[in-house]
Amino acid sequence: MKNNARNFYLIPYVAWIILFVVAPIILVVYYSFFDVEGHFTFGNYQKFFTPVYLKMTLSSFWYAFLITLFSLLIAYPTAYLLTKTRHKQLWLLLIILPSWINLLLKAYAFLGLFGTYGPANSFLEFIGVGEQQILFTDFSFVFVSVYIFIPFMILPIYNSLEELNASFIDAASDLGANAWTTFRRVVFPLTLDGVKSGCQAVFIPALSLFMITRLISGNRVITLGTAIEQHFLVTQDWGMGATIAVFLIIAMAIIMVLTGHRKRGGLA
Amino acid sequence: MKKLVRVFSAIFIISFALMYLASHLNASQGFTGGNTLNVYNWGDYIDPDLIKEFEKETGLKVVYQTFDSNEAMMTKISQGGTAYDVTIPSEYAIAKMKEEGMLIPLDHGKLPNLKYIDERYMDLSFDPGNKYSIPYFWGTFGIVYNPKMLGGKKLTSWNDLWDSDLKNQIFLVDGAREVIGMGLNSLHYSLNETDKEKLMEAKKKLDTLTPNVKAIIGDEIKLLVANEEAAIGVVWSGEAADIMWENEDLDYVIPEEGSNLWFDNMVIPKSAQNVDGAHQFINFMLDPENAAQNAEYVGYSTPNAIALELLPDEIKNDKRFYPDPELTEKLEVYDNLGKKMLAYYNDLFLEFKMHRK
Amino acid sequence: MKSNGKLAKLYLILVFAILYAPILYLTYYSFNSGGSMRDFEGFTLEWYKEVFQDTRLLIIALNTLIIALLSAAISTILGVFGALAITYVKRQRTKNTLQTLNNVLIVSPDVIIGASFLIFFTIIGIRLGFTSVLLSHIAFSVPIVVIMVLPKLQEMSSSLIDAARDLGASNWDILSKVILPFITPGIFAGFFMALTYSLDDFAVTFFVTGNGFSTLSVEIYSRARQGISLEVNALSTLIFLITIALVIGYYFINQRNVKSSAAGVRKA
Repeated sequence: MKNNARNFYLIPYVAWIILFVVAPIILVVYYSFFDVEGHFTFGNYQKFFTPVYLKMTLSSFWYAFLITLFSLLIAYPTAYLLTKTRHKQLWLLLIILPSWINLLLKAYAFLGLFGTYGPANSFLEFIGVGEQQILFTDFSFVFVSVYIFIPFMILPIYNSLEELNASFIDAASDLGANAWTTFRRVVFPLTLDGVKSGCQAVFIPALSLFMITRLISGNRVITLGTAIEQHFLVTQDWGMGATIAVFLIIAMAIIMVLTGHRKRGGLA
Repeated sequence: MKKLVRVFSAIFIISFALMYLASHLNASQGFTGGNTLNVYNWGDYIDPDLIKEFEKETGLKVVYQTFDSNEAMMTKISQGGTAYDVTIPSEYAIAKMKEEGMLIPLDHGKLPNLKYIDERYMDLSFDPGNKYSIPYFWGTFGIVYNPKMLGGKKLTSWNDLWDSDLKNQIFLVDGAREVIGMGLNSLHYSLNETDKEKLMEAKKKLDTLTPNVKAIIGDEIKLLVANEEAAIGVVWSGEAADIMWENEDLDYVIPEEGSNLWFDNMVIPKSAQNVDGAHQFINFMLDPENAAQNAEYVGYSTPNAIALELLPDEIKNDKRFYPDPELTEKLEVYDNLGKKMLAYYNDLFLEFKMHRK
Repeated sequence: MKSNGKLAKLYLILVFAILYAPILYLTYYSFNSGGSMRDFEGFTLEWYKEVFQDTRLLIIALNTLIIALLSAAISTILGVFGALAITYVKRQRTKNTLQTLNNVLIVSPDVIIGASFLIFFTIIGIRLGFTSVLLSHIAFSVPIVVIMVLPKLQEMSSSLIDAARDLGASNWDILSKVILPFITPGIFAGFFMALTYSLDDFAVTFFVTGNGFSTLSVEIYSRARQGISLEVNALSTLIFLITIALVIGYYFINQRNVKSSAAGVRKA
């Protein structure tokens, strides 16, 4: 009985995987062995292990980490506070809403907001700190990236928090735990799955940001995405671009394994 | 379950309603039916009124699509799947497309208005005899700057940019050939240099510029320079014209060591379906009155000599955008350096970007 | 867990303020007679008039919406299948493989997805346009739906299923009356994430579109070169206002329904 059900679900899903995941991966790996003139070569992989690309990889991972960290730090309290409100689903939708406005427009808006003569600097002058260079810094880059990824972190955490049985919390305080201990040993572990989903949905795409690296950080921050975009669109060196993509996929696989879901009940 | 079913049914119903609405709007535009002309152009690079006029004159329906980079456009066209009748690449892209057999030769017999184009802009290295392309707009690459922000200083050469007074005051465009070319020109080398040693030299010189470079960006450079986020922008002449229109304090100069002369020309891809219509379109754009109207709307320099006469004095006498022949002699058109060399340029540029940290 | 009420409220307000700051900035300048996003010169509605006269832009906006709704809906359904499929798989190794494959599209840079899909579609012979864009959007939205739904499935206690089976439920009943209602929050989360992905996407759409079909993102990026006219601000503001109205309206209608049927037994 169960076998039939499982087979049925697998059919459309595996079909999608083969068509849109496996086939493109094969294409990408295939391309990574060709150089810019179409000759078969391992040269692309050699190139990847040179200082330029290794530095870029490190830089990408570092920034992706920062972005994920800050997203988590900001999203978690937000998600928690949302569960306490009266019209929680409404507020949740309102949090997601800004992400439906076109990214380029929002980036231009930030260019204006963070500009030398923009509102942010006016505010800083008002409170006495004085004009600062906000644009084209690491700060603005991480800030805007977190801005973009926040809904992806809030949603899964919110869902996890909603699932949390309130009686656990009451039990904890009955047993004498203060707020921090309750959080550390009851709430957070039970919402870990949501946190993991959120981190995956943020960290992994953050590795290949390229629009924001140009618009907000003025190419001060270089990610692997910058290089890929250049190779694919400008140089037409699909081989090198594909090689970088292969490494991104491997990195992703490793991260998935490291943060893998351990069995904890469930249906099967 | 019921709720899910209800919500999803609603979504599908709404979608189909919208599809009906969209096809209705499409029909009102006349997008259905034959006798269409597919035009693929840069964003906002034509006066929309001219399209309407063309449709009226010829009875053809223009399907107008836009792109934002030569490479993306070339990828789309070479992959097939969609047939463009006319497209307007930059000169280096035309050289590439020619090499890869992506273009069909033009029938000059069908282009009587060709005679209005200034001789200077015809028969250039990237398309001898204009077999495949007809000039649409042209321009230079140079420095737009704000003298007020620089205490009245005047910039005249690439080497001026290396001045230590200009810390954090320069925006560069995100173009490998342009930036490396700037380095090459400042060393009095050619923009089409292929000697790796000289290229390395140029790159090393650029590395010393990094303290002055605030950011390397794209189209938003116009907004930022106009907003005085930095005093200097290294940009194409068309962008400079836009920026100066926004902020009258700014000035544009073509550096005296030399620089790039670029062209955007009209071509007909091999996959075109309506070759006749394409020729009609090109000839229409060559008409001096149309070319003048277009030049006024778009703001870039027209290669059409008679159209130039029709433009208001303040435009046609502006030496910054219509420089004297002596200066244009010093400007170079980009040659197609071949994929490998271009990849090398891009690698150098990537290294330069990374150096900035 | 008691939290300092005022501080909490302030935090939420701050988050919302920052989230909506760029949107408000865009809206503010959509009324600017000055023509660009600097120096507000005077109030005008001319950009809004231009929007309604620009039939091409309106068609593009409609197309964007249609693609977003359809691709989100279909990918949600496919994604739920996928999550179910993964959960029912017995072997942990297969589970992990499927999950890793699932996430490949999230980590792959848009440019590569776009390029590989383009090649793929050309090989199969699908004409570029509405179909290819729709298929692509469905394809890259499925993973995020799976990521949103999977945790909920895994949290579900198997005793619920056993209880249902004991009471004589068929497979279909278990699915429709036990599983789906439980994971509905995850399904909606997945749907909205898919919607976001679709509305925001530029690179993939750009590569796989053709024959006059375009979406808002592609159009806006194309116009950026000549400077984005405030017409786009106006259009975005309109879309934003309509969406907010829909969201709030839908929510309050729903609330009323829930209240009126609260007394009765909830039908599955």
